[in-house]
Formats: sequence, structure tokens, C-alpha cells
Amino acid sequence: MHLKVNDESLEVAVDAERTLLSVLRHELGLMGTKYGCGEGNCGACTVLIDGEATRSCITPVTSAGGREITTIEGLANGDELHPVQEAFVEHTAFQCAYCTSGFIMSSAALLDRNPSPSDAQIQSALSGHICRCGAYGRILKAVKSASGEGGAE
Amino acid sequence: MTTETTKGKYNVIGTRPIRHDGYDKVTGRAIYGADIKLPALLQGAVLRSPHAHARIKSIDTSAAKALPGVSAVITSADFPGAHDTLIDLGEGAINFRYASNNVMAGDKVLYKGHPVAAVAALDKNTALEAAALIKVDYEVLKPVSTVMEALKPGAPIVLEDLEGQDLGEKIDGQTNQANHIRHEFGDVEKGFAEADIVIEHEFDTAMVHQGYIEPHNATATWDEEGRVTIWTSTQGSFPTRRQTAGILRLPDSSVKVIPLEIGGGFGGKIPSYLEPVAAILSRETGRPVKLLMERTSVFESTGPTPGTWMSAKVGVKNDGTITAATADLRFDAGAYPGSPVGAGMMCVFSCYDIPNTRIDGYDVVVNKPKTAAYRAPGATQAAYAMETVVDEICQKLGMDPLEFRIKNAAKEGTRRADGPIHPIIGAVETHEAAKASDHWNTPLEKNGSDGKLRGRGVASGYWFNIGLKSAVTISVNEDGTVALTEGSTDIGGSRASIAMMAAEVLGIPAEEVRPHVADSEGIGYTDVTGGSRTTYATGYAAHDAAQDVVVQLRERAAKLWDVEVDEIEFANGSYQSKSDPELRLSHKELASKLGSTGGPVIGSASVDPEGAGGAYSTQICDIEIDPETGKTDVIRYTIVQDVGTAIHPSYVEGQMQGAVAQCIGWALNEEYFLNDDGAMVNSSFLDYRMPTSLDLPEIETIIVEVPNPGHPFGVRGVGEVPIVPGVATVANAIHDALGIRLRTTPMNAGSILAALKAKK
Repeated sequence: MHLKVNDESLEVAVDAERTLLSVLRHELGLMGTKYGCGEGNCGACTVLIDGEATRSCITPVTSAGGREITTIEGLANGDELHPVQEAFVEHTAFQCAYCTSGFIMSSAALLDRNPSPSDAQIQSALSGHICRCGAYGRILKAVKSASGEGGAE
Repeated sequence: MTTETTKGKYNVIGTRPIRHDGYDKVTGRAIYGADIKLPALLQGAVLRSPHAHARIKSIDTSAAKALPGVSAVITSADFPGAHDTLIDLGEGAINFRYASNNVMAGDKVLYKGHPVAAVAALDKNTALEAAALIKVDYEVLKPVSTVMEALKPGAPIVLEDLEGQDLGEKIDGQTNQANHIRHEFGDVEKGFAEADIVIEHEFDTAMVHQGYIEPHNATATWDEEGRVTIWTSTQGSFPTRRQTAGILRLPDSSVKVIPLEIGGGFGGKIPSYLEPVAAILSRETGRPVKLLMERTSVFESTGPTPGTWMSAKVGVKNDGTITAATADLRFDAGAYPGSPVGAGMMCVFSCYDIPNTRIDGYDVVVNKPKTAAYRAPGATQAAYAMETVVDEICQKLGMDPLEFRIKNAAKEGTRRADGPIHPIIGAVETHEAAKASDHWNTPLEKNGSDGKLRGRGVASGYWFNIGLKSAVTISVNEDGTVALTEGSTDIGGSRASIAMMAAEVLGIPAEEVRPHVADSEGIGYTDVTGGSRTTYATGYAAHDAAQDVVVQLRERAAKLWDVEVDEIEFANGSYQSKSDPELRLSHKELASKLGSTGGPVIGSASVDPEGAGGAYSTQICDIEIDPETGKTDVIRYTIVQDVGTAIHPSYVEGQMQGAVAQCIGWALNEEYFLNDDGAMVNSSFLDYRMPTSLDLPEIETIIVEVPNPGHPFGVRGVGEVPIVPGVATVANAIHDALGIRLRTTPMNAGSILAALKAKK
């Protein structure tokens, strides 16, 4: 089938019942997207499909066919990191960082549709993600600083 | 709110540089255990018990072996049978034989999820299909799930060969009581007789899980020379090496562990689960084999922290002086002995100076997964009992709870109830800082919106911290940067804190230290990233290794200038001659001359420091409860903690905040919910609910620095004590809001509604 991932058009031969996460990781080698629960509860596997934050672990690969898929590896603009990526580093918005790709993808999707979100809007957009290291406050600050509000600390 | 820390005293310590692995972690480049790929890699699957307690009558693997694409099917018969030897893993000990039975069940399964067989196949789906074809004939036995049931006469026996101990005496006959130990000091009967008020209560806490988001994983090869290589996410390469070697009956040196990035552990990634299984599958197939755990199995089969039954009794005089205290801590160890009850006993009274104490601790096996360390293992449960009793005493006395704690605080020279004398500690300073906090001095409006009820709680906790072994080498590059090699896997930013301590000694910026986590053959023995020991002990080694570099660079400068080494002084990052001020080179300038003065300089150090200073945390929590639904919202939370010296304050605050997030989940929601058959029925993130961004307020941090004399920079462990008082803090806030004491966790909406109904 045909997949468009990180601006590249690809032909992959995969079983229709496989998840997008499995295909991204095992067929395309895009290991930045993580498995956490396989049930869409933790958010670690979040990618963008046509700009929408989507749980790749419960998305059949067939439903992503022909649509624009962006993973953490494709978020930067050439050498220039996405502002959310920079902000996560600057605000120490992670400890183990296993959940970080997912948080960054959802944050990028949020800022894309709402460049100046309120704290409540950020928290709501990220409420489907679990960070067991408990970096939520720092993640909020990072997203805020990457937003139109800029460095709102 | 953040506090300024050691600013001014040091150049690098106390600053907040970007972590060295920061960009790898936001670009998806960092390689975690599940990301490893090897040529000819096979995928594995593990078949697990559906029963909490059953005898395995037979296992038929023939259909699985016959499935096309299957390379090997193994059971416990393929394991060598490990020796009956107890080994210390740094934070908790295990017996190799039990550890082997835990990774692959022998004649009995002891909990739902206990592995019974494993498969290696060309792909994951084939492996799963084959696992489903394995026929296991079970004789289902009655399970026992709680400590108090397990201690009853006639209870189902979990381990038929367990030799139970009671106060040093062997127990006759079969038992689930692995051990009963006691610490006794003074005369508690006399102490209670002197008291004006004596309060005693009993508590039950539910088993909870560490909840790391990255599931366990292991990839292994077993080569022709009998050497095993493991790629995994672990809190310690060397402890993983020791466990794997012990279970496989190989010398430690025949196993090499390559640690990859680790997605959280909190103590739960100290035990090995998949490593020995992947190794045996590789031995059977001659190919590398990868095993990845599913979320359900993480809950059902890997180390949670114990459920407990506890009682605590405290006597005080009317002036607020504690005269005596006793505690009875009964912890479920899970299926094999080794709960952290000993650590709970070390901590339960250690915030206080109490003249008469007795602490009983029971380690009890039950049909639940073998418990593992979870952030200050055992201390959070113990503090829940002690600190809620103390809260009630303060209320009875009409005494400010922080004043009470300051009056009775442990100090330098106080004897801890289990024996050791406290060195310099910061219990008083921590409580004073809490008393001075904005949170404590801002009155809480007791009536919330829409009839909600508000309350404020306060509680304190202690954790002893540990030292243990760490090794570091530092290699000086000709451009002046240094490569720092350590054995501590980096769970939460320790590369940065370790590098900063080396940078401080060498007089260079943190960015010019390149930290690297080596495999078990690339660095000297290093214990787990756990026990709040990494920044303390590995930092100690980094300090000493950097000192070794300085010694060698002084020799190079002496050689360069043809003077005696004693002539060379090192200060502020520069090497200079004492007699000739013209002779002066910065670290960087001297580094550029190494090639012509004898070649590379490599400093090294291996340490086993004894002076890990204990740490205190005091926490203040405001909550709002909806009496209609029983739902509790945490609306403000402040954590105060003595950290000794904050090396990287952002990561110190991060540890404090993260621990609070975990203990709020523990207090209000989290539990292993078992059905009548003893099987966990909420083994998903949907049903085992951990806090998200909507469940937590901003967690305010106040760093207190009472430098630890047992560390060159005064570091105390930071990661564990912040969870200790949390559950008690929330419980005390619930009491303040409702006038109800909840002595069972979780204190969820259902239990709050039931308590409100019972009160009416």
C-alpha cells in the first residue's frame, strides 16, 4: 500500500490488520514513536495524520493510506527544530523522555490550530498523555513558551 | 515557586545547563531497549498463567513447535536450575532460585501472569500464535491475596519449601511468613505509661505499580563460546548481569549487558524478567532473540510495591513530647520473599526523636507478582500510618503540626529506632522552611465552589539513601573537552548532574564534559540507578576521577616547564607555577599539549562511599472534595525537601514534582484490583488510572540545602524521599476537609462517599 510519511512517499507491503505504530517502527525503522500500552491510553505512540494528533497503536495502517503522516523524526524543518522540541529541551520538560515524542506531537498539533492556547487548553489537549515522571508542569511551561505567548514564564 | 540554591559557592554546581542528551530525547533519536535491531533477529513471546495459584501438571509444546516459523519453545525444563543463593541488588535482595522460578515457573504458578513457557519465531505474530498453541494442564489451587489472610492458620501455602523465620527462630511446618523481625529500644510500656494521650490505629494499603510507560524488554545472543550479550532497559547493567548470570548458572564475566535508554523505572527495572528467557531462546536457536512485554503483563507480572496491613501507636505528653511509639508493619512480598518491610522499619519513626520504640516487621508471601523496589520502598506505606496518627495527636493537643514536628524532630546524634545514630540531617531546617512557606502562611478558604469542601494536610517523611559502588573514568581530549564514562544508566538527567560535578573540579563548563553510559565491560562495577544513590555515589566517583585528572595534568605542566610537581598549583581551572607567575596554562591550553608530554590523560575512580546522608521532606496539600460525587481535586501542593546540595536544581525540582505526582495517584486512585480468584482485573492504563495533566496543580518546590558531610559537594539523595509523606499528606487534608480519617488506600471517590454516608 501507499504511505506518505514525513514528506516521503513510500510503498509498503504489509498485512492490512497491522497497526500504524507497528509499520512505522518495524517496516520503516521510525523508532521515535513509542509503544506504551497498545490501547490508546497513554499517548506515547502519538503521530500526526493530516495534522491531527492520532494514536498510532490503535490506528489500522490501512486507514492512514494516502494521508500525510508526520512522526517525531519529521517534525523539524530541515536543521531547524520545531519550537516545541526546542522548548522541551530548554524547560527540562522530561526526565526519562519515553513519553516525550507523543507529548511533542500533540503539542505541535495544538499550536498549529491554536497558536496562543490558554493553560487550560494546553492541559486539555495533553490530557490523554501520561508522563509517569510527572513533568506536567514543565511540559505546560514548554508548550506555553513555544506558543504565540512566547516565553510566558 | 523555586528557591535559589548554592549560587555563588560554585561555578557549575547549582546552575541549570541543558542536559547532554536533551536533543536526542526530543528528536526520537535516543535508542531505548525496544528500538534495538540486530541481523537475523527472532521475535519472542511469553505464555503466562491465567491462574493466580495452580500446579502445573503438564505442558505440551508439540503443536507450538510444529508451527511453521517457530524456532524454539522453552519451559522451565530448559533452565539450568539456579542455586539457592541470596544476592543483594542494591535496593532489595533476591534468591537466585526464586528469581529463576519467577522468570519461568517451575511446578507451580504463583500469580496471574507468571511465565510458563516462551517461544522464538521469525516474527511476533507467529510467536504469539505458537504461544497460544501450548497446552498447559493446571490443577487450580486456592489463592491467598492479602497479608492477614496469608498469616492465618490453614491459609493456602504459596511456597511449599519456604523456611519461615520468626524473631530469629525457624518456624515449624509450612508457612507464608518468610520473616518477622523486630527493632526495640528503651521501654515502650513505661513510655506509654508516661503519656497523657495515646493514639493507635490500623491501616490497609493496596498494592500499587511503579507505572513506568516503557514496558520491559530484552534482546539476547548466546554465542558459540557460551558468552551471553544482553541489550535492555535497566536501572543497572551490573545487577542485570549478576541476575542473568545467576539464573543461567554462568560466571558474571560470561554475560555482557549493554544498557539502552530507559523509559522510567522507579525501582521496577532493577529485577530481571525477560533477559534470562531471551538468552535461553537464543541458546536454543543460535540467533538473537528479542522479547517485548505488553502493558497487561507489566502490571500482572512485574514488581509492584506491597499491599500492607499496619498498625501504629504513639504516646505523647500534654506538652507535645513523644514518649513512646510502636509499629507493626506487615508487607506482602508477592510470590517470593523480599518485601521492603525492612526499609519501612528504618523510616517509620525516623522524623522524630523518640526515647522508647518497638517496630515489628513481617515479610509475607502471597499469590501476587513478586514486589520490587518503588521509590523509597516501604517508607511511603509506613509514613501513611505514622503521619496520620501524628496528625490526630496534634489535633487532640491543639498543637500546630509543624511546631509539633520541630519539637520532636530527629537531629544530629539522635538514635534512629533501628540503631544508627543520625549524622548531620536537615529535619528541623525542612520543617522551618515549610513553616515559612507562602503556602503555609496563606489561609485556606474552607468552603469551595458549589458546596465543595476544602482541607489542608501536612506530613513529613524520611529516607536513609544509599551509597554503594560506582566507577567513572574521564579521558581528556586535545581540544580540552573531556569524555566521562559512567556505569549509571540515566533515567532522569543524571548524565547532566554527574558531568557537572566533573566540570566543577576541572574548572570547565558542563557542556565541555561529554558523558557516556558504558556497558558492563566498558566501566568498573557500578550499582543500580536507585536508592537515590546516583548523583551521590557516581557523582562522588566523578569528583574523584576529575581530581585524578588534575593530579595528572599537574604532572604534565611540571614536565612541560621542567619543574617539580609540587611547584604546580591548580586553581580556577588553571595550572600555574608557584614561583613564576608567567608559567600559567588553562585546562584547555594544557590539554592541547598532551600529545607532546606523554600521550592521553585518563583519570579514574571507583568508590563505595559510606556517608549517604538521610533526607527529609515535608509536604503541604490543599484539596477540594465534592461531597456529591466523592471526587477529590488537589488544588495546591508544596513540597519542601533537604537535598544537601542541589547540583542541577531543575532536575532536583523535577524529582520532587514527579514523586508528588506519583503519591497523589497512590493516595487517590491507584490499586491492584483482584477478583475472587486472585487475578488482577484492572491491568490497563484505562482501569489503573494514573494522574494526568488534568489531575495535578502546579507542584511548588522549596529546596532546603543542609550539605551532607559525607560527600565532597554535600549531595544527599533526592529521588526517593519526596514520595514518602505524600499519601499521608493527602489523607490529612481529607480529614481536614471532612472530619473523617481514611485508613485504607486508595482514598478514592467510592471510599469517600461510603465514609460520608457512614458519618451521617
